[in-house]
Amino acid sequence: MVVKKQERESLVHERYLRHQKKFPHVWCAGCGIGIVMGAIVRAVDAVGLSNDEIAMISGIGCSGRMPVYVDFNTMHTTHGRALAFATGLKMVKPEMKVIVVMGDGDALAIGGNHFIHAARRNIGLTAIIINNNIYGMTGGQYSPTTPSHAYATTAPYGNIEQPLPICQLAEVAGAAFVARSTVYHARELSRFIAQAIQKEGFSVVEAVSYCHTTYGRINKLGSAVEMMRRLKENGIGQRAFERLPEEERADKIVRGVFVDRDVPEYTQLYDQVIAQAQRSVAA
Amino acid sequence: MAARLMQGDEACAEGAIAAGCRFFAGYPITPATDIAEVLARRLPQVGGKFIQMEDEIASMAAIIGASVGGAKAMTATSGPGFSLMQENIGYACMAEIPCVVVNVQRTGPSTGLPTSPSQGDVMQARWGTHGDHPIIVLSPSSVRETFDLTVRAFNMAEKYRTPVILLMDEMIGHMREKVELPPPGTIEVVGRVRTSVPPEWYKAYENTPSDVPPMISFGEGYRYHITGLFHDERGFPTQRLDEIGPWIARVFRKIERNLRDIFIYETDQVEDAEAVIIAYGATARSARHAVKQARERGLKVGFLRLSTIWPFPEEIVEDVAERIHRVIVPEMNLGQLALEVERVVGRRKVIRVGKVNGEMIAPHEILDVIGRG
Repeated sequence: MVVKKQERESLVHERYLRHQKKFPHVWCAGCGIGIVMGAIVRAVDAVGLSNDEIAMISGIGCSGRMPVYVDFNTMHTTHGRALAFATGLKMVKPEMKVIVVMGDGDALAIGGNHFIHAARRNIGLTAIIINNNIYGMTGGQYSPTTPSHAYATTAPYGNIEQPLPICQLAEVAGAAFVARSTVYHARELSRFIAQAIQKEGFSVVEAVSYCHTTYGRINKLGSAVEMMRRLKENGIGQRAFERLPEEERADKIVRGVFVDRDVPEYTQLYDQVIAQAQRSVAA
Repeated sequence: MAARLMQGDEACAEGAIAAGCRFFAGYPITPATDIAEVLARRLPQVGGKFIQMEDEIASMAAIIGASVGGAKAMTATSGPGFSLMQENIGYACMAEIPCVVVNVQRTGPSTGLPTSPSQGDVMQARWGTHGDHPIIVLSPSSVRETFDLTVRAFNMAEKYRTPVILLMDEMIGHMREKVELPPPGTIEVVGRVRTSVPPEWYKAYENTPSDVPPMISFGEGYRYHITGLFHDERGFPTQRLDEIGPWIARVFRKIERNLRDIFIYETDQVEDAEAVIIAYGATARSARHAVKQARERGLKVGFLRLSTIWPFPEEIVEDVAERIHRVIVPEMNLGQLALEVERVVGRRKVIRVGKVNGEMIAPHEILDVIGRG
């Protein structure tokens, strides 16, 4: 039976969202987080996973609310610590697909250390970092990805710090899979997330979003539609980016899969530790 | 089982394994590191898992995640690390996640005296995380008791769906004693309350008659939500007063109605006593010696040793101290559990013997106080 696209979409919603119970959601009208959530459930559907085998774990902030809406095993943890909670769960349930959803402040400021070490261990978690360059829920304070010179409620004279490159950090820390797309390029984003979920090892997808309510307002960047248009205009594939002259590169958001490598996954390595320890007892 | 020479930290690790602990996450810190070292070797031997996390915050988070996955889980630390764990201990209280947190106390505040004993974290163990919450805290005073209380800590954690803190001290942790451990089959091991209701009926935070809702692990077909926010019976965030109120009442009630099971203590020669020493942890060893010496001098001194310090065993203390004019509370702090004793028996009856310089309290220091009487 051929399922029409529209019908298929509604099936995805019914199957993976707590659609009758938990909506409307808390996010502002026009927010990109819902698009990321849509990209995740479509990815899960594309990979063909059942709800039961997925755990979604989040920290604190706007992104932290996502687990309420998806019909998986869901856990909304403390600020910055989602990856550490997920590490414990993944170790005792290695067969589960554990998706960790975080914001830029959550993953890289308060949770920065956990992010580095989860990547270094290459434990089989999928980290989805929704990067909107600001602390949205608390009202627009600068985050580790706020561009230099941009304004925030706690940077009223302009931000004097440098933004942290999420994907480069993940790469040098040891992640097995690293990709970036934007909430405008939602289908590509979903495809990257599907690849990430299937990857053995620590996978990172940076989902570039925006916050028109705080960051956009403070920096006079216009409505959600205008901020979305900017993602469309600035989002660029890796090869096209490399062809650009230096002076045109500044505001571009490079999309693509940057890392896809085979590195031994942590829980699989630990199974070898168990085998070795048990041999030593038997001997 | 044959007698062995064993360290307190090692007894804690072995007690954990005997209790069914199959996951440990920790971060190196004196004087608790030995527990991690033993478990790094021992856990994989029994099919369990060990991980050294990047800090104590992550360690506490990881054991909660592991417990949600169905494993009995533990972490071990000392003062500075215990401070870092507090936020996630509160999460475990709020989400009712069984787990055991060991704090081998050293002298603080701050880095303090890393290799010296202390009982300075009594109040932190009770109130370290923010907000009102019940907590169970056990404190052993020998190597063998460390083994036994670690098992009991796991049993209580699982039975009551709560974090349990095992408050050791550097002296107990690093001391070696001859111990004879009970054979595995003779140890009472309790698992968590489960349910056979179909997934659509399951409520992870149901107000059950026992006040302890059944807990199903992630990945078993019962999809539900866990959060550190106040939540309804299904675990979803709520701000409704008629859902917050019953939750608070239930989590306190599930501990308060089981005090008989939770209170572990020992009395000695209290029947004819005119003064009684109330002690716990390493200090109880000096206190016991002081009682013996006092009796040899003809002084009628009794002894109450507390293994459970939180919830504070009010009834037990009240009972023992009722007919007595003097209660001596020696502890390696400047009066923490003494505050509770004073609250129960009245301030005038209580004599505090406190020390915070990293030295043990010697029997004669307690005896001097009795002699002054």
